[in-house]
Amino acid sequence: MKKIEAIIKPFKLDDVKEGLNEIGITGMTIYEVKGHGRQKGHKEIYRGAEYVVDFIPKIKIELIVGADIVEQVVEKIRNSANTGKIGDGKIFVLPVEDVIRVRTGEHGKDAI
Amino acid sequence: MNSGDTSFMLLATALVMFMTPGLALFYGGLVRQKNVLATIMHSIFCLGIISIIWVLYGYSLAFGPDIGGIVGNLDLIGLKGVGLDPGPYADTIPGLLFCAFQLMFAIITPALISGAYAERMKFSAFLLFTVLWSTFVYMPVCHWVWGQGGWLGRLGALDFAGGTVIHINSACAAFAAAVFMGKRKGWGQEALHPHNLPMTILGSGILWIGWFGFNAGSALTAGKIATLAFFTTQIAAGCALMSWVAAEWIIQGKPTTLGAASGAVAGLVAVTPAAGFVGPVSAIIIGLIAGALCYCAIFLKTRFGYDDALDVVAVHGVGGLWGALATGLFASLYWNPDGADGLFFGNPNQFLIQAAGAGASIAYSLVVSLIILKIVDTAVGLRVSEEDEIMGLDLSQHSEIGYTQ
Repeated sequence: MKKIEAIIKPFKLDDVKEGLNEIGITGMTIYEVKGHGRQKGHKEIYRGAEYVVDFIPKIKIELIVGADIVEQVVEKIRNSANTGKIGDGKIFVLPVEDVIRVRTGEHGKDAI
Repeated sequence: MNSGDTSFMLLATALVMFMTPGLALFYGGLVRQKNVLATIMHSIFCLGIISIIWVLYGYSLAFGPDIGGIVGNLDLIGLKGVGLDPGPYADTIPGLLFCAFQLMFAIITPALISGAYAERMKFSAFLLFTVLWSTFVYMPVCHWVWGQGGWLGRLGALDFAGGTVIHINSACAAFAAAVFMGKRKGWGQEALHPHNLPMTILGSGILWIGWFGFNAGSALTAGKIATLAFFTTQIAAGCALMSWVAAEWIIQGKPTTLGAASGAVAGLVAVTPAAGFVGPVSAIIIGLIAGALCYCAIFLKTRFGYDDALDVVAVHGVGGLWGALATGLFASLYWNPDGADGLFFGNPNQFLIQAAGAGASIAYSLVVSLIILKIVDTAVGLRVSEEDEIMGLDLSQHSEIGYTQ
């Protein structure tokens, strides 16, 4: 099992969610986060005073999938979140030791 | 007594009153969320305290029988003798109506200062400062220019609706307060952003409409000069709006809505002393210069390191000074036979008189404001504690918050 963490532009969340639904992924957790990579922040001007806002709003999606479909899910997220412009985000893939469903106590892939 | 003039002045008076809540919104949107109510209160409370002072002794100090050209005496204390018959200041409206109109000016002037000390002054200190400043700065300077026998008025200084009395006067107190009180915590290190620009823009719109009462009403009759003042007010405000935005677009790369709102106010300030003395083309020039000049003036506080939080000095001080001088340049007997010709119409002397009037008011307001600040600081302390400042004045001074989380 793998955990996929994807940081994307907020306005792309619906596209990503629908894309994942198409390939049968129904569960995910999202966070509203702030950050920057190479894109850096943006500038705001109030009465001549310029402020550089370093951290700009992003959405972070977390989902756990079986190792067999990782490539497919990553490709789907990449395609649906891609605008071709700087600041599109990053996808991280991490190993997951176990998953437990709270209601039934199932372990492993069955609990996803 | 003229019923047309009376009804016009009743409405103009109400319009000027409306400027103070407009200013509350204008300033309220520019501060951080945690200080919005305290900032609004600084304007709103003046509607209360100054009304009482005005009736008790304020009108008498400003418009009572003259003492040496400096101040009115106390003959009109409690508005004794100010009645419903036309008074010495206006032939066609009740004396009490002139008194009411002038009251609204006395209310908004100390409220204007609050932009400089926003986000850090104790409410008790604000109250004491406002009472003392109105008494010892506003009332005398108002008498100098508009009171019968006032020395600036006798000298021939032209101040149609209060560029010197209201704007230069309050901006000098604002500068004194910003310097004396010191900077807000975090100034120059963290971003002290406006929290609600739509509120500020709404406020500037209310100021703009109120300014028609302010400037046109200063004619005191509903006739030619009121119309001239009304028209020049609109033209100068529109031109200054454009030139502020143009200047920031060229220098910083983006036209901003706050720039548009600030430019409009700068134009309204600049045309205030000139409104009933200059023609429409002069109003265009006054406005165009006011917007760009006041935009450049906002950089002074960073350059010299004083925290004039909401730019009272740049907008009201520099705009007011430009307006006072511009009146000496552009005033024309063609437009107002009761006024004077300015430098550009062959009378350089008028320019010198305007400069002297502005200079005297700057010096007096700076010095007396500093003395008053020192007294208030000794008596109750001007600034809130660091803890209260971080918490915000809304909670620490008023136990309220502007917005639920």
